[in-house]
Order: sequence, then structure tokens, then C-alpha cells
Amino acid sequence: MSEALLSVRDLRVGFVTEGGLLQAVDGISFDLAAGEVLAIVGESGSGKSVTAQTMLGLTRSTNARIEGWASYRGTELLEADDAAIRDIRGERIAMVFQDPMTSFNPVYRIGAQIGEAIRAHRRDVSKDEARERAVELLDAVGIPGAERRVDSYPHELSGGMRQRAMIAMALALDPEVLIADEPTTALDVTVQAQILRLLERLNRERGLATILITHDLGVVAETADRVLVMYAGRVVEQGTLDEIFYDPQHPYTWGLLGSLTRLDRERPERLPQIEGTPPSLLDLPPGCSFRPRCPHEFEKCSELPGLEARLPEAPGRRDRCWLDPADKRERRQ
Amino acid sequence: MARFVVRRLIGMVAVLFAVSAIVFLVFNVIPNSDPAQRMAGKAATPRLVASIEEEWGFDDPLPQQYLTMMKKVFSGELISYFGREDVDERIVEGIPATFSLCIGAAAIWLFFGLLFGYLSAMNAGGKLDRALTILAVAGLSMPVPFIAALFLNYLTYKTEIFPSGGYVELTADPLEWLEHLVVPWITLAILYVGFYSRVLRSNMLDAMDEDYVRTARAKGLSERRVIRRHVLRNSLVPIVTLFGLDVGVLLGGAIVIEGLFSLNGIGEYAYISLQNVDLPPIMAITLFGAFFIVVFNTLVDIAYAYLDPRVQLGESAR
Repeated sequence: MSEALLSVRDLRVGFVTEGGLLQAVDGISFDLAAGEVLAIVGESGSGKSVTAQTMLGLTRSTNARIEGWASYRGTELLEADDAAIRDIRGERIAMVFQDPMTSFNPVYRIGAQIGEAIRAHRRDVSKDEARERAVELLDAVGIPGAERRVDSYPHELSGGMRQRAMIAMALALDPEVLIADEPTTALDVTVQAQILRLLERLNRERGLATILITHDLGVVAETADRVLVMYAGRVVEQGTLDEIFYDPQHPYTWGLLGSLTRLDRERPERLPQIEGTPPSLLDLPPGCSFRPRCPHEFEKCSELPGLEARLPEAPGRRDRCWLDPADKRERRQ
Repeated sequence: MARFVVRRLIGMVAVLFAVSAIVFLVFNVIPNSDPAQRMAGKAATPRLVASIEEEWGFDDPLPQQYLTMMKKVFSGELISYFGREDVDERIVEGIPATFSLCIGAAAIWLFFGLLFGYLSAMNAGGKLDRALTILAVAGLSMPVPFIAALFLNYLTYKTEIFPSGGYVELTADPLEWLEHLVVPWITLAILYVGFYSRVLRSNMLDAMDEDYVRTARAKGLSERRVIRRHVLRNSLVPIVTLFGLDVGVLLGGAIVIEGLFSLNGIGEYAYISLQNVDLPPIMAITLFGAFFIVVFNTLVDIAYAYLDPRVQLGESAR
């Protein structure tokens, strides 16, 4: 693996709430190499968005407890002062959010909001230049009539167009890393595919390293190089796309894969699902957090398994499951 | 835009008609309001009452009386039943005092309401926020006559810092004008300062949780710019609405404050006319007030469409 652009080590993010300390992220580590697409997969509340936002200092507040270490090209991110983190936000690491309707300010034109991002980092760029650049960007992400659309307000665009504009805004300063937080969740299925193709193209053509945050393994299958599966604030499994899809090690991942609807298989009686609901982060079960929902649970599971390499043939893989790998293959069938 | 204004003008005619008809009818059904009887005095002979009725047209059918009155209101020929003065002239005379009171108080409450609301929101949960919250709630819950009584007692009667009432024309003596208005301004503004600061505080706190504010931060904008361009800008839109409507209402006369401080404005005229059950001034003042309410409603809608591009003054807007 080449030099990492972005590194995160043992990141822990907790929030002080009335019910106690809510540990949203409990020790996540990963590296992102240039040009790589890393998918972070998990249900809502698994800590994937909090991880991403914490790297950019967006979760900082008086009741947030942030520990660990994260760096971008050697610059420490978690303790960087406001000015330093602002230089990285938007300029080196850009972010695209889930709902493009609410993520644009409704009272400003699209072009003005893109221009604002440019001018926040490039003081010498005039408003007219920023507008011209906005037109180029909108054109680059496939918005027809960009020259006109630059003067539209967010509500005048369709959902797909808005998300394209959001991506255009993220690209405004030619960042090295794009964090896409559920970029297709709020969109129609047909539009989802278009947006994913756009992200893929940007990754290929610009070498844009991407962190794709999603709950949808279908999205992952189309775009990711590597996958982190998160559950209740912890990574339960990580590996390459093929490893995760063809040889999943954690029963939670099996469940996620099992609940993908596939057109190439016979339709099951009922759509498969993982029984139960994710645990409350304020009241995690001792040991493996997935234990209460896991059909393969045994005595050892009352002890928290570490995120370790358990397959001799694949030293890069990690998972948190006590089951014997050979045993797993049998049970998965 | 032109169609919108035309539609609003038609609407205004309808509003003024409805308001005047209601005032006229109410006046004619309340007990002891027969103007001829009241004008003739306590020891009136039936002949005197009858002659007054004939002279003033009180024996005409009601619709006709109504039409006559409306004609007089808009031609400036309206005469009050008591004192027999030119009503429209009195209203015009009252305008400087009423407008001075309203505009001055509005400037004060807008400034302090926004300042306190902003400080509260930026320190939400902190000591300053709590102190301002207590002040705001106190301002909101104290009745205006009570505040006025306090001020009149301590600032004018006991210490004689300010004159206890009356109005001096701005053109006659600007300093005197100011001295006479400071206490009424503050009295009127206190309620609104409390209200506006609470509204702005909650709008700003809501806005801070908006996705677009997170986007603005993620773009790398400075915190100052995030607050000013994204939080404050969006939070001020509803304030514009409130402000327009409140000013519109007060331009028609602040009855209680003008009465208490003897400002001799339209509000005080209304106060006196209500005591006398004197229909012509009540009618004219009500129409005068309704006019401003409709005009400011329209201005607010135009401002709203300008400030929030999602709002359109199109077919569906009324």
C-alpha cells in the first residue's frame, strides 16, 4: 500500500448526554491511500458519520469527548486549532452530505454558495472569477446548462441535480480527499446510480481519494476498494471489497449481505433481515455488541473480541468474532 | 408584482369595508350609545332630541347613515359628536406624536431585541444567556400600564428627571421632543425587546442545527462568516415579518401608552373618543389603523419574497 493520505488511529468520540456518556465511536483506525475508495458501512448510529465529521472538526463541542489521533499528510487533525483545520476543510478534504436539499442554504444561489467555498480559501479570487469557476464545476459534474444553473436557487433544482451541485461544490478547490456521507440515500434509485457513477469517474479521472459512508452494501459493491463494517461504534470487520463480499467473517456482515435483494436469485418468501435492533449506545451489552442479535453466539462472546487478523492466508483482514474461520464457512452456508 | 399589488389593493378595500361595517354595527347595538340622546344632555326634552336626530341624520336608515359617514371620512368632512371638531384634522395633528413614539420605540426594540437575542444564542446555556432570559421574560410579563406607572413615579414624579407627559414638536425643540419621548419609548419597547430577543435566540439555535450550516463549516468558512451569512441571515427573515406587522399596528396609534403619557397622538384621541362613545373619531381612527396594517402586511410579503427566494408573490400568494 502506498503512503497514506489520511490516517486515523484508535479514534474515540463520546458525547456527554443526560443519560450518561454516549460512546458514538469506540476505537476506529484506518488509513486512506491516494486514489483509494474506502467504504464505511453500518446502520444509522454505528458511528460512521461521526467518524467522518470528527476528522474535520465538525463534532467539536463542549460536550464532545474526542480521543485518539488523526492526521492528513502529517498534520494532526483532532487537536488542530480552528484556523489550521479550516485550511484543510473544503480545500484538502471536502465533504458531501446526505440530503442535498437541506445541505444547501435555501436563500443563496448555487453559484454563490460554490463561490463562497472558493473565496474562503482564495482571497484573491474575485466574485466574477468564482462564478466562472462555479460554471466550470457544474459543467464538470454533468449539470446541463451550467451557465444558467449557476444562478438557480437550490429549490429550483431536482434532487439529483442538487447532489451533483453539492459534489461540484466539494470539488471547488480540487481537494485530495472526498468524504461522501450517504450521498445517495435521499435520492431516487435511478439517480443513485448516476451519482455513484459520477463519484467513480471523479475517483478515476482525478485520483480523488474517497471515503464513502453508507448503510447500503449495494452502493459499496459498485465503487469501493476496501470496506470497513461498523457496528455500535466499533469496526467489526475490515478487508478488501472482494474479501468482504465473498468471504465475510463477521455474522453481522453475513446479515448485511443476506439482506441485499438480488435479482439474479430466486425471490425468497420474506426478505431476509437481521433479527432485533441495534443496541443503545448508552447501554451496550458486555462483550461482543452484536451478541444479542447473533444466532451463532456462544460462551466466549461475553468477552469482547479484538479486531484481529484471524485468517492466516489474508493478513490484511481484521474481524471481531470468536468463531473459528473454518466453522464460520460451514455456518454461513 | 404589479398583479400582486393590484390584488392587494382590492383586498384593502374589502378589509376597510369589513372593519368599518363592524365598527358601525357594534356602535349601533351597544347600550346607551344613542348619539342624539347623549348630545342632548341629561335633561333633554324629546323635541330637542328629535331636532338633533334630524339635524345629524340619525333618523335615516342605517345603511344610509353608514354611507354618509364613509363619504365624510374620505372627504375630510367628518365632525365628531362631542366637541364637534374636524375629526380628520385632529388625526393629522396627532400623526407626529404617534409616529415619533412608534418609530423611536421600534428602533430601540429592534436594536436591543436583536442584540440580546444574538448574545443569548451565542452563549446558549451560559450565564449571560440565563440573565438575558430572565430579563426577557420579565419584560414580556410586565403589563405596560405597570411599567408606565413605575417610570412615571420614579423617573418623573419623584426625581423629575423627565417630564411627566405631553408632546413637543420635533421642529419646535428637538431636545424637548427627545426628553418627552424617552420614557414612553422605553416603556413601549420593553415588551418587544423581550419578545424579539426570544424569537431571534430560538431561530438562531434552530439554524445552527441546520445541515447547511454544517455544510458551510465543512467548506472551511470562518466561524464569523458561518454565523453571519448562514445562521443570522436565515434567522432574521421571520424577524422582518414580525417587525413589519408590529410597526403597522402601532402606526395606527398606541392607545394605552399615549393615554398614560398624554402624548396627544392618535392613540390618545382614540382613548378619549372611546370614553365618549364618539363614533366618528373611532371610525376614522380604526380605518386609519387598518390602512397601515394592510399596507405593512403587503410590505412584509414583498420583503419576504425578496429575502427568501422560495416564497413567490405568484398566484397562490394572497
